[in-house]
Amino acid sequence: MKDLWSAIPRRGRVILLVAITLLLAAPMVLDRYLISIFVLIFYFAYVGQAWNLMMGFAGQLSLGHALYAGLGGYVAALLWFYFGIGPWLGVFAGVAVAATFGAVIGWLGFRFGIEGVYFALLTIAFAEFTRIAFDNMAFTGGAGGLFLLYDAQRSHEWWNLRGGPLLFYYLGLALAAAAAILTARLARSRIGFQWLAVREDQQAALALGINVFRVKMIAVLISSGMTAIGGVLIAFYYNNLFPAQAFDIGRSIEIILAPVIGGLGTIFGPIVGAFILTPLGEGLIALTVSLGVNVPGAKAVFYGLTLMAIITLRPDGVWPWLKRLLGLTETES
Amino acid sequence: MLRVEGLEVFYGDVQALDGVSLDVEEGAIVAIVGANGAGKTTLIRAIAGMNRRARGQILFRGLDICGWPSHRVCDLGIGQVAEGRQVFPTLSVGENLDMGAMLPRARTVRAKNRDRAFAMFPVLAERIRQPAGTLSGGEQQMLAIARCLMGAPQLIMFDEPSLGLAPAVVHNVLDIIGDLNRDGITCLLVEQNVALSLKLASRAYVLENGRVTLSGSGAELLADDRVRSAYLGL
Repeated sequence: MKDLWSAIPRRGRVILLVAITLLLAAPMVLDRYLISIFVLIFYFAYVGQAWNLMMGFAGQLSLGHALYAGLGGYVAALLWFYFGIGPWLGVFAGVAVAATFGAVIGWLGFRFGIEGVYFALLTIAFAEFTRIAFDNMAFTGGAGGLFLLYDAQRSHEWWNLRGGPLLFYYLGLALAAAAAILTARLARSRIGFQWLAVREDQQAALALGINVFRVKMIAVLISSGMTAIGGVLIAFYYNNLFPAQAFDIGRSIEIILAPVIGGLGTIFGPIVGAFILTPLGEGLIALTVSLGVNVPGAKAVFYGLTLMAIITLRPDGVWPWLKRLLGLTETES
Repeated sequence: MLRVEGLEVFYGDVQALDGVSLDVEEGAIVAIVGANGAGKTTLIRAIAGMNRRARGQILFRGLDICGWPSHRVCDLGIGQVAEGRQVFPTLSVGENLDMGAMLPRARTVRAKNRDRAFAMFPVLAERIRQPAGTLSGGEQQMLAIARCLMGAPQLIMFDEPSLGLAPAVVHNVLDIIGDLNRDGITCLLVEQNVALSLKLASRAYVLENGRVTLSGSGAELLADDRVRSAYLGL
């Protein structure tokens, strides 16, 4: 912790402390709707960070991260629904299942030399067939979805993730912060260094005796497990799960937008990206609703345009540019 | 130290190596010469454990390492300086060097190896924070060699170390290989510059279409008419 903190320039520390203080205090002035938007921001900052670990640091493109979030959410929700097992335990099961899927995908991809775009196709395929399976399994509620009933008597059980938006606000904030710290730690560790080698030049990494298979597998396992935790949070927040949403490619794309826009392979990129994208997307929905027009897919089109604009104007992402703008010449590792 | 027996590698139906056998004695510089496509790089990659299709025997100090994954081969002390240098362009010189010391065998001697690399290549010490991609071709080759040394190898395989370098720098790089050899590192050298590499080598093999067609001391091959006409244009 100490070395991470000392690596941030003084001005950056001040900004960071102010931002954290503001976020901690913000619910006092925010209404329910704004809090719900912040929950989404934290969620996308969190899962974006998890995805960024795999793509931004280890260089492995996944376009199926909805799979891990969906599995985490479904496993924890099913345990709660059928056995009354609380999400604090359920999250472990969710992480285990998601990481197992990650391990299978990673093994198939890395063992048989499926690289780049082809590996990304593999991740999409797994998300898709899991979606189809969940659509057709009765005990998960099938395509009709799984609903966690609201029980007024248990609505105070915050330890079972039963509670209002405020609970999810602080939980989301804690998760997003923890993910950023974890990523920063990993990036400076031995494994983070080896990820960099694999990302930059896999052949060179092999020639130097780096166990490329193991290094990539670790990235997938951590990333999938982390994403599953986010899935649990969002499942218990919404209290419903539909295969067509949870495992959808559109959801996978939503997960990767924040880190892509914020800046791949940076710690603050996914956070900055989520803070830019989510309010804009939600604002657009609010706007169309208030105008009384229903434009299906407007959000997707909007995200697409945003992505095009960012890639044209700031190909490295917003964060590296913002960092220069704020005069934070942090010594990049 | 290294003995290859009947090594075969197929790419689909194409046979890249057809029963290659060779011997690298401890402390020697062994050169492998041959035309493009003769199988030189395939041979190095097979020894390094980067080609899972290799069949045959690769004995390193009596241990058959054919089929071993590259990270285990490297950890035995077999390093390689790959074709085209393969430095990490966006990483600094210092980070590139650290990448070479990821092997278990090299971790404890990292500081010592770093000092040795800097003593050998003072230019790298001056540019320690500079991205490797901004170095000149010759400097990148020195970095690639220094990075390999960070792994504390006993045997280094060089794949076309002079490729794409200015003539003056080529001599420089080959001198470095000679120096390393005097320091006790055994070298396996694949080099397009046949005349220079045969002068340097104590033993050499000519590889043609995946087979060893000729072998002998460097001086013998330099004097051989077939080598002179095919590779030296004399």
